[in-house]
Amino acid sequence: MAVLLFLAQTLRIAIPYLFAAAGGVVSERAGLIGLTLEGYMLGGAFAAALGSYYGHSAWFGVLAGVLGGALLAVVYGVSAIRFRADQVVVGIAINLLAIGVTRFFLRLAFGSSSNSPRVTGFGGEQSGNGFTALVANPMIWLGLIVIPLVAWMLYRTPFGLRVRAVGEHPAAATSVGVPVTRVRYTAVILSGVLAGLGGVYLVLDQHQFTDQMTAGRGFIALAATIFGRWDPSRVGVACLLFAAAETLQIQLQGAQLVPSQFVEMIPYLLTIIALAGVVGRAVPPAALGRAPE
Amino acid sequence: MASPEISPAAGGAPPSGGTSRIAARARLEEALLPSLVALLVAAIVGDALIVSFGQAPAAVFRLLLDGTWGNSYGFGQVLYKATTLTFTGLAIAFALRAGLFNIGAESQLAAGGFTAAVVGLSLPPGLPWIVMLPVYVAAAALGGGIVGGVAGELKSRFGAHEVITTIMLNFIVLALLSYLTSTYLKVPETLHTTEIRSGAVPRLADFFEPFHGSAANLVIVVAALSCATAWWYLFRTRRGFELRAVGLQPEAAEYAGVRPGAVWTRAMAISGAIAGVGGLNFVLGYKHYYEEGFAGGAGFLGIAVALVGGTHPLGVALAALLFATISQGGLAVNALVPKQFVEVLQAVVIIAVAVSVPEVRRLLRARRRNA
Amino acid sequence: MMPHASTSAIRLTDIHKSFGAVLANRGASLEVARGEIHALVGENGAGKSTLMRVLSGMYAPDSGRMEVADAGGVLRDVTGWSTAAAIESGVGMVHQHFMLVPTLTVAENLMLGAELTSEGPLRVLDRARAAEQVEALSTRTGLRVNPARRVAELSVGEAQRVEILKALYRGARTLILDEPTAVLSPPEVDELWEVLRQMRSRGETIVLITHKLDEVMSISDTVTVMRHGRTISRLRTGETTPQQIAREMVGRDVQLASEMRRDAVLAEEAWVAAPASDAPAAAGSLGSTTFPLPALEIKGLVVASAGRSDAVRDVSFSISPGEILGIAGVEGNGQTELVEAIAGLRRVRSGSILLDHLDITGASVRARGDAGLSHIPEDRHSRGLVLDYSIADNLILGQQHHFARGGFVNTLDIDRIASNARRQIAAFDIRPPNATVPARSLSGGNQQKIVIAREMGRDFRVLLAAQPTRGVDVGAIEFIHGQLRAARASGKAILLVSADLSEVLALSDRIAVMYGGRFVVVLPRAGAGEEVLGPYMTGAEHAA
Repeated sequence: MAVLLFLAQTLRIAIPYLFAAAGGVVSERAGLIGLTLEGYMLGGAFAAALGSYYGHSAWFGVLAGVLGGALLAVVYGVSAIRFRADQVVVGIAINLLAIGVTRFFLRLAFGSSSNSPRVTGFGGEQSGNGFTALVANPMIWLGLIVIPLVAWMLYRTPFGLRVRAVGEHPAAATSVGVPVTRVRYTAVILSGVLAGLGGVYLVLDQHQFTDQMTAGRGFIALAATIFGRWDPSRVGVACLLFAAAETLQIQLQGAQLVPSQFVEMIPYLLTIIALAGVVGRAVPPAALGRAPE
Repeated sequence: MASPEISPAAGGAPPSGGTSRIAARARLEEALLPSLVALLVAAIVGDALIVSFGQAPAAVFRLLLDGTWGNSYGFGQVLYKATTLTFTGLAIAFALRAGLFNIGAESQLAAGGFTAAVVGLSLPPGLPWIVMLPVYVAAAALGGGIVGGVAGELKSRFGAHEVITTIMLNFIVLALLSYLTSTYLKVPETLHTTEIRSGAVPRLADFFEPFHGSAANLVIVVAALSCATAWWYLFRTRRGFELRAVGLQPEAAEYAGVRPGAVWTRAMAISGAIAGVGGLNFVLGYKHYYEEGFAGGAGFLGIAVALVGGTHPLGVALAALLFATISQGGLAVNALVPKQFVEVLQAVVIIAVAVSVPEVRRLLRARRRNA
Repeated sequence: MMPHASTSAIRLTDIHKSFGAVLANRGASLEVARGEIHALVGENGAGKSTLMRVLSGMYAPDSGRMEVADAGGVLRDVTGWSTAAAIESGVGMVHQHFMLVPTLTVAENLMLGAELTSEGPLRVLDRARAAEQVEALSTRTGLRVNPARRVAELSVGEAQRVEILKALYRGARTLILDEPTAVLSPPEVDELWEVLRQMRSRGETIVLITHKLDEVMSISDTVTVMRHGRTISRLRTGETTPQQIAREMVGRDVQLASEMRRDAVLAEEAWVAAPASDAPAAAGSLGSTTFPLPALEIKGLVVASAGRSDAVRDVSFSISPGEILGIAGVEGNGQTELVEAIAGLRRVRSGSILLDHLDITGASVRARGDAGLSHIPEDRHSRGLVLDYSIADNLILGQQHHFARGGFVNTLDIDRIASNARRQIAAFDIRPPNATVPARSLSGGNQQKIVIAREMGRDFRVLLAAQPTRGVDVGAIEFIHGQLRAARASGKAILLVSADLSEVLALSDRIAVMYGGRFVVVLPRAGAGEEVLGPYMTGAEHAA
C-alpha cells in the first residue's frame, strides 16, 4: 500500500512537470529557449480558473487554460521570431508578465490578491490521495500520454521532422523549402498549449487559483528538458525522477533524514552536472536561441 | 544559445570634430531611442490596464508621481528601492559588457546579504558603522562573488551556458540559504535571523529629517561609488579594456592576447560581487537582519534596469530610479488601480526594450545608409 | 569523349550580381550543353559560387538573363527564380558547406521538405518507403549510403554522397557541385568521378566548380574560366592544356615566348647564385640567397584542423632579417592555420617555432608580441579590430599592457593612448583623422591602415602579414605595399600570405607554394612567374 501511495503521489506531482517539459522539448527542439515554461503554466492556470469559474465546467477551464498558455507563447514567438529579440530577455520578461497579469486580473475578476474562489474541477468535490480521484481525472490520463504523443509527433510526423531540422540547422531546412518561420511559430504555440495544460492541471486539482501557484515548476520542467537531453522519453523519465524525489522527501518529512532544501536542489544540481558534461555532455539543439538569417 | 544582442553604448572620451559628432549622435540615438520607444509602449499598455479598471490614466499617473517624487517619504522609498536595483542592474550590465547574461543576480543578492548578516551576527555589538562598513562590503561581495564565480567557471571550464547555470544556481543557492537560516540562525516563528547589533548603516533620515520613515540609507552612497568604480574599471583600466573586447569580439580579444575564459570567470565573479553588496541595503540599512526572500525579484528587475540603462553605469543608476519610481508608484496608486499593474508595466518595458533594441537599431542603420 | 548534346541545358547571359559595394558577378555568361560535365574554374573570389547560387535560385541576379531547359529540352526563361522552383525544374546544387542536418538520419535528410507520408488520416512519416527509395536510388547511382545512419556519424565523403543523393532524390537532372573534392581523400575523389560519369551517361548535366586543374582535365568535357566576376573564355577540355587554363585563370595575357625564355634564364641565374652566398643555408629554406641568420625559423610544423586531416603538414622554413617570404596558393590549403599557429592562436601538434632563436612554440600570444612578433590577421573584422572600439583603442589592441600604468589596478594611460593615436594617424594617414571615431565607421582601407599602423608602427622583428590588402582600395594597396617594402629595407623579416598572386610576386624575395598543407615548392622570386607557380597552386604539378 505504501508503494502504491508513493506511486500515486509521485504521479500527481509529475503530471504538471510532464506537461510543461513536453512543451519545453517542442520549443527547444525548434530553437526557442524554454525559459517561458513557468509563465505559460501560470498563465494557463489562471485562465483555467477563469474558464472553469465562469463556464461552470472543468472542460471550459481546460479550453481557457490552453488559450492562456498559447497567448503568452504568441507574445514570446512574435518578439523572438518576428522582431528577433533576445530570447533570454523576453523569456524572463514573459514570466514576470505572467505573474503581473495574473495578479492584476485576480484583483479585477475576483477582487482578491491571493486566490480565486473555488472552481469546478474533475472528479467531484474532493481531491484526496485516493486512486478513484486519480482515475477519474482526465488530466492525469492526458498527462501520462503527453510525452509519448510528443515523441510520436517529433519522430513520426513530417512536422516533427521539420521541427528537429529547424532547431538544428535552419539554413539547411530553408534550402529544401521548409518554411522555417512557420514551423517555429507552430512549435512555440504548441509549447504554450502544453505547458498551459500543466497549469490547468494544478488549478483543477486544487479547485482554485492561488497567486504564483506554479512555484517554479516551469523551471523544474526546463531542468528536466535539459537533463533529459531534449529527448522526450528521457525527459519523461527525468520528470518522474524529480517527482519521486519530492514525494520521498514529503513522505519522509517526519524522519528528518535529509533537509527538504537539499531535495529541492536535486533537479537543478543534476541539470548543471549534465550541462557541465561530467558524465556525457548534454548538447543543446545547435540553433537554440538564435534567430536565423 | 546566442549572446545577447545588446549594444553596450560606447564610453570614452568626449567627441570632437565633424565626423565624431555624427558618430556620437548615432551612438546616442542607438543608446536612447530603444529605451524611449519601450517606455512609450509601456505607457500605452499601462493606459489600457488603467482604463480596464475603470480609471482615468491621467489621474493615476499624477497620483503615481505625487506619491513618489512629490513628497519626501515617497522619494526616500524610491531612493531605497533604487539602491538595490542599482546594484543588481549594475551587476547584470557589468556581465553583459563581457558578453555574459547573468540571470543569477537574485541569488547573488541574497547570498551577499546572508554572508554580511553572518559576519554581523558574529561581531561584538556597538562597533561604529564607518569602521565596519568596509568589512561588510567585503563579506557581501565575497558571498555574491562566489555564486557568480561558480557560474563563470562552469562556463569557461566546461562550456556550460551561463543563462541556464545561473538560473539553476538561483534555486540551489536560495534553498541552501533557506536551510542554513532555518537550521542555525532563525528567530523561531519567523523567516529572519536575530538582529545585527554592530555597524548598522544610518538612514538618510538621520541627516535629513523629511525622509523620516523611509528606508533610504547610506548604502546608497556605496551604490553610487560602485557605479563610479565600475565605470572606471570598464573604461579606464586594462582589465576593463580586455573585458569589453571579449564581450564585443572574443576572437579579436584572443588575438590581443586575452584569454576569454579567464575574463568570463572574473567578470561573473565581479558581477556576483556587485549584486552581493546590494544585499547590504536591506540587511544593514533597513531591517538589520537577514530574511528569507528579501531579494523579492530585484535580481530579475535588474535585467530591465541594465537594458534600459544601456549597460552603462550612469544609465543603470538612472534606470534604477525609473524602475524604483514605478515600483513605489504602484503602492501610491493602489487605491485607484491594483498595485500589480506596475508589475505588468515592468514586464512590458523589458519585452519592449528587447524587441526595440534590434528593431530600432536596424531602422536607424537603414536610415543612415539611405541618407 | 562523349558526344555533346546538340541543345543547351543552361544558358546564362550577362549576369550581374553585387553585394553592397562588392561586384561578385559583372557580366558573366555561361552555356552548358545537356549531358556534359562542365567545369567552371577561376581563382578564389572570381565569382564562380555566386554565379552558381544565382542559377540555383539562392540569389536573384541584379540583371541578366537565365534560361534552363525543361524536361522537353526547350530553354525557358527562369530569371530570378526561387530555390524551390529550381528544385522543381530539376536543378540541384551541392554546396561547399553541406546543407545537411547532422542530428537527422540520411533518409530523414533526404526527405526533409518533401516528406513521404503514409496513407490515412494520420499523415505519418513513411520511413520504410523512404528507406526503400533511398536504397533504390543508391543502387542506381552507385552512391552507397546507409539510410538509417545519422549524418553526424558520416565521414565527409559519405556526407557529400548524401548531398548529391538529396539533389537527385528531388529529381535533379542538372547537378551543380561547388568544389566537391576540397574535402575528399583521393579514393573518394575517384569514386565521385565514377558517379559523375555514370550520371553523364544517363544524360544528366553536371556543372563542377573547381580550381584544381588536374580535376578539370580528368573529368570535364568543357571548361569555362572566370576572372574578376566575368567569364573569360570557354574551352573544350580535349583541345586545351592545364597551362593554358592556368594562364586564363591568373589573368595575365599570354606572355610572348621570348619573355618566358628570359624569365627562365633569370631563374636559372638565381639558382646558380644562391649556393655562392656566404650565409649558412637554413634548414628547409630552398633557394635562400644572401641573408644572415634567420629571424623566424619553423621546423616540422604540424597543425591540426577541425576536419579529420591535419591542416599544416610538416612545414619547415626560415626567414632572414630583411627578407619577405611570400606564400602563394589557393586559399584553404593551410595558410590560415600556419599563420595562426605561428601567432599563437592555434595549438601546434608538433614541430617548433623559433623567433630570433628563442623557442616560442608554447608561448602566449602576449609573450610572442613582446618578443617582437607582429601580426596582421587575415580577417580584420573578426580578429584585427574591435569594430566598436575607437581608432585610438584599436591602435593599442594587443599592446594594452604597455599603455597601462603598472601596479595592481592597471589604469590605462589615456594621455599616452591619445598621443599614440595622433602619431599613428598622422604617420599612416588614417582618415578621418579623429581618434574617437569607432573603427566600424571607417572604409576598409582605413580600417586596414589601423591594423598596419598598430603592427608596424612599433618595434618588431618579424611580421606575419596575412592578406594585408584584402578588400582595400587601390590607394591603400599602394600605401601598404610601400610600408612592407620599407620594413624589409629596415631589416624586418616578413611572412606574406596572399590569395592575390600578383601581390606575392610584387613583394616577395622568395615564394613558397602551399598545397594540401605542405610547401610543394619554394622558389626565388626571379624563378617564379605566374606560369611557373600556377600548376603548383592548382595541384597540376608536384615538386619532385
